[in-house]
Amino acid sequence: MANKEKKGVRLEHISKIYNDPKTGKEFYAVNDVSLTIEPGSFVTLLGPSGCGKTTTLRMIAGFESPDAGEIYLGDEPINALTPNKRDTAMVFQSYALFPHYNVYDNVAYGLKLRKVPKKEMDERIERILDLVELTGMESRMTNQLSGGQQQRVALARAMVVEPSVLLFDEPLSNLDAKLRVSMRTEIRRIQQTLGITAVYVTHDQAEAMAISDNIIIMNKGVIAQMGTPEEIYHKPQSEFVADFIGEVNFLDGEVAEVKGGSCIVKVAGHPVEVANPDGFAAGKACRLVLRPEAGILADTGALPCRVVLSCFMGAYQNYHVMVGDTLVKLCDYCPVGRKVYKVGDVAYLSFRDGCVSML
Amino acid sequence: MKTRQSAALERKKFFADPVMVVTVVLLTVLLALFILYPLAMLLLDSVYVRETNLVLVTDIQAGNAEVNVKDGKIAVLNNKSKAETFAVDELDGAWGYLFAKNGRVLKEGTEIDPENCYVKVQKNYFTVDAFPRIFADYTFNRAFYNTLLLGAITGFGSVIIGLLFAYVDCYVNVRQRAVKKMFDVVSMLPVVSPPFVLSLSMILLFGRGGLITRELLGIYDSNVYGLGGIAIVQILTFFPVCYMMLKGLLKNIDPSMEEAARNMGASRMKVFTTVTLPLMLPGLGNAFLVTFIESVADFANPMMIGGSYDTLATTIYLRITGGSYDITGAAAMAVVLLAITLVLFLIQKYYLEAKTAATLTGKASRARALIDDRSVRVPLTTICSALSAFVILMYIAIPFGALFKLWGRDYSLSLKWFQQLFRDDGFKAFTDSFILSLIASPITAILSMIISYLVVKKRFKSKAFIEFVSMLAMAVPGTVLGVGFIRGFANGIFRTGLMQGIYGTGIILVIVFVVRSLPVGTRSGISALRQIDKSIEESAYDLGAGSAKVFMTVTLPLIKDSFLSGLVTTFVRSITAISAIILLVTPRYLLITCRINEFAEKGAYGVACAYATILIAIVYAAIVIMNWVIRHFGTSKVMKAKED
Repeated sequence: MANKEKKGVRLEHISKIYNDPKTGKEFYAVNDVSLTIEPGSFVTLLGPSGCGKTTTLRMIAGFESPDAGEIYLGDEPINALTPNKRDTAMVFQSYALFPHYNVYDNVAYGLKLRKVPKKEMDERIERILDLVELTGMESRMTNQLSGGQQQRVALARAMVVEPSVLLFDEPLSNLDAKLRVSMRTEIRRIQQTLGITAVYVTHDQAEAMAISDNIIIMNKGVIAQMGTPEEIYHKPQSEFVADFIGEVNFLDGEVAEVKGGSCIVKVAGHPVEVANPDGFAAGKACRLVLRPEAGILADTGALPCRVVLSCFMGAYQNYHVMVGDTLVKLCDYCPVGRKVYKVGDVAYLSFRDGCVSML
Repeated sequence: MKTRQSAALERKKFFADPVMVVTVVLLTVLLALFILYPLAMLLLDSVYVRETNLVLVTDIQAGNAEVNVKDGKIAVLNNKSKAETFAVDELDGAWGYLFAKNGRVLKEGTEIDPENCYVKVQKNYFTVDAFPRIFADYTFNRAFYNTLLLGAITGFGSVIIGLLFAYVDCYVNVRQRAVKKMFDVVSMLPVVSPPFVLSLSMILLFGRGGLITRELLGIYDSNVYGLGGIAIVQILTFFPVCYMMLKGLLKNIDPSMEEAARNMGASRMKVFTTVTLPLMLPGLGNAFLVTFIESVADFANPMMIGGSYDTLATTIYLRITGGSYDITGAAAMAVVLLAITLVLFLIQKYYLEAKTAATLTGKASRARALIDDRSVRVPLTTICSALSAFVILMYIAIPFGALFKLWGRDYSLSLKWFQQLFRDDGFKAFTDSFILSLIASPITAILSMIISYLVVKKRFKSKAFIEFVSMLAMAVPGTVLGVGFIRGFANGIFRTGLMQGIYGTGIILVIVFVVRSLPVGTRSGISALRQIDKSIEESAYDLGAGSAKVFMTVTLPLIKDSFLSGLVTTFVRSITAISAIILLVTPRYLLITCRINEFAEKGAYGVACAYATILIAIVYAAIVIMNWVIRHFGTSKVMKAKED
């Protein structure tokens, strides 16, 4: 399947308007979204429910029609194509396996429609079932499979037709937590093996980080930020993104001085040094984004704080400390051999280099 | 807000699928032609009058053609036609012959008296006069009142008995298994039985020569004909429908609500009146309206046991088949009857059904503690058992009616009525009914599955139309549909002669069967499809299948059970149908139900019972076969298959 030309997906100024069933008013489910998905890459649309990610995916598949803008598959505009004429294949949240067919017939469905000769069909199904580790289950009915197995059949059924783009609509949300982790690694592995372009929708940020080349965070129908998982995590461009991805603390402060690649920010009256102060000038109010694992408690340091909660979590020591009036949550990983602060202790908070960003 | 291109794109996508386009167009046309058009013609007939008058020829003026009589010969002046010929086209509304005053046609060239030469002139105009006229008409007025009274009595009676059965079934600990079994039988019998079987047995058991009234009680002047007779028969026929509807509702009431009331000190009666009953009120209203509509639309029972108690359905039938042939009047009556059922149907469908669903949602959390109290259990169980036994007795009377030598005189067993039936044209009646119903069932089943698929899973312009019209047929009484078909097709579509060929043939009977069963099949298809996850079809679509392919390979196999039951329901409904087809059937076809009606009218109850017995046997066999097929080849079989 590697000999097939890979195609990317491009959305240009896509909008979708729905009527709110309760109020009858129109609203933008997706509002002027433009994005480019490179051939062979794995891109995740991530966001809270109602952010427009599934609508966007369904517009790529053709189940919904955009109210404005054009969608391209490779260089071909596909707005007017029906889903069966688009070279995409979707893996559904509910798997959507055909309950009246067995595993083999489910996987064969798309191939039969493409009139693939019997011999080639058998080979391709054998290969794909091997890839999803379901060899020997061909004659099982789908209700005789576990959730994870059903998911792999759905995956096989979508991939065996060798679509230009694989679409995933929250495919793991019906699985239990453990299976979810192993399946996402599986999906990533198979996608890498085949080098197929994939668009993946989820509201689980850990899943998005683990699986994607690029993450697109959506909120209220617009793109909040696009980037690699590292960029999104370490350089959030908005409070929404910072808050949505992982745990976060916000510290309000004021820029006191900018010098070269770093600046001094006054937090609760105490000066702290922060790197990369792009666009900030002295005297401006700012907000520091501090991940729990980016703070260090010590007996000396920049920011004095009071410990209000301290508890041992196994992998880390969990602290809640007050910096001025602000509650800051911290995780001190692998605390063995270090000082453990108790409730009521006064300590000093400092930041790991490059782990704090400014908004 | 920007202009929305999605509408245009959806349209493009829709037209990219030719099979779908053709199907939708075809369905729209078929539904319009065979459901809306006959009803529209009916409405037109009731307001559009064609009046024919004899006019003295010298009086006639039409355009520039003047007809005159000259020298005893017929002449048309100001016209290129020959003097002897009477050209129809030239005279608007005038018929092509000259008449004497007594209506006799005057042949060409006849010597005629100028004072006694007329043409027939037809005047066409719209008027709503027919309505005041029929409302002033004593026969109609009485029929109108009778129909509503009967509907109300039947509605109340059925709901009360249905509620009693449902309550006993869901709340009371019925110890005897036989009683439970009897309930099942009673709830199934009306489905299997032709519509007038109970009337027949009512006459046999309680009529003047009735087995119970005369032989057992010694009453010689018993009269079952009339309101009482119809009401009893209708209640016994329709209460099982209420029973099944209300049982579904009671099962959904969470027992903890009633337990909470009991816990706060309410007596059992108090719980019933303050908790259970108020919760069921919309459901009861719903059941009442459904029965009311059934009763109002019922033709066979009032026909058979009504005596002089005429309802709208029978009055319309008599107006058309009887001597007067008052088509405008009959059409106006049919419109009135249709209006009654339609209004009730709309209330029931759009108001009460939604309300029922709103009050009772979800399933009961756990099983209800059944009432074991003797003071409740014994009387309720006894009443229900007695009623069930009575219904079963009524059905048993039918085969015996066919087996006794002469009901009321000679109660020795013989097969002579069956022999007479087959010596007669009984065999033809069975083959005709059987074949026509057999043709109608696959057509209905496949059409209703396609309609449900389109309605539930697809978006397109005429969807609301298709859904509404296919459900509308449920609200149209058979008699009304029959009259509509006569008016719509007797002279071809719009009286142009187009498609006139189907009138009087088996095709029109099959069409009526299909139309009558379509709502039932569609409803079952829709509820089956609503349970299927939308994404199953989407995934097939996404993998490259067009609409037709998705329907054939995914949708239809998944609703196979519904399809199979649609097949049999249509067959059963068709072979037992009477109200619509009795107006349309021609001597070319003999139908069982019409034969039973004929024989019963003549008082030949033995033969009528023989027909009915065989008919029930056929229907029962069809249902048994269906259940067997569903159990062995249905979808649920595949889905329920467990890992070995």
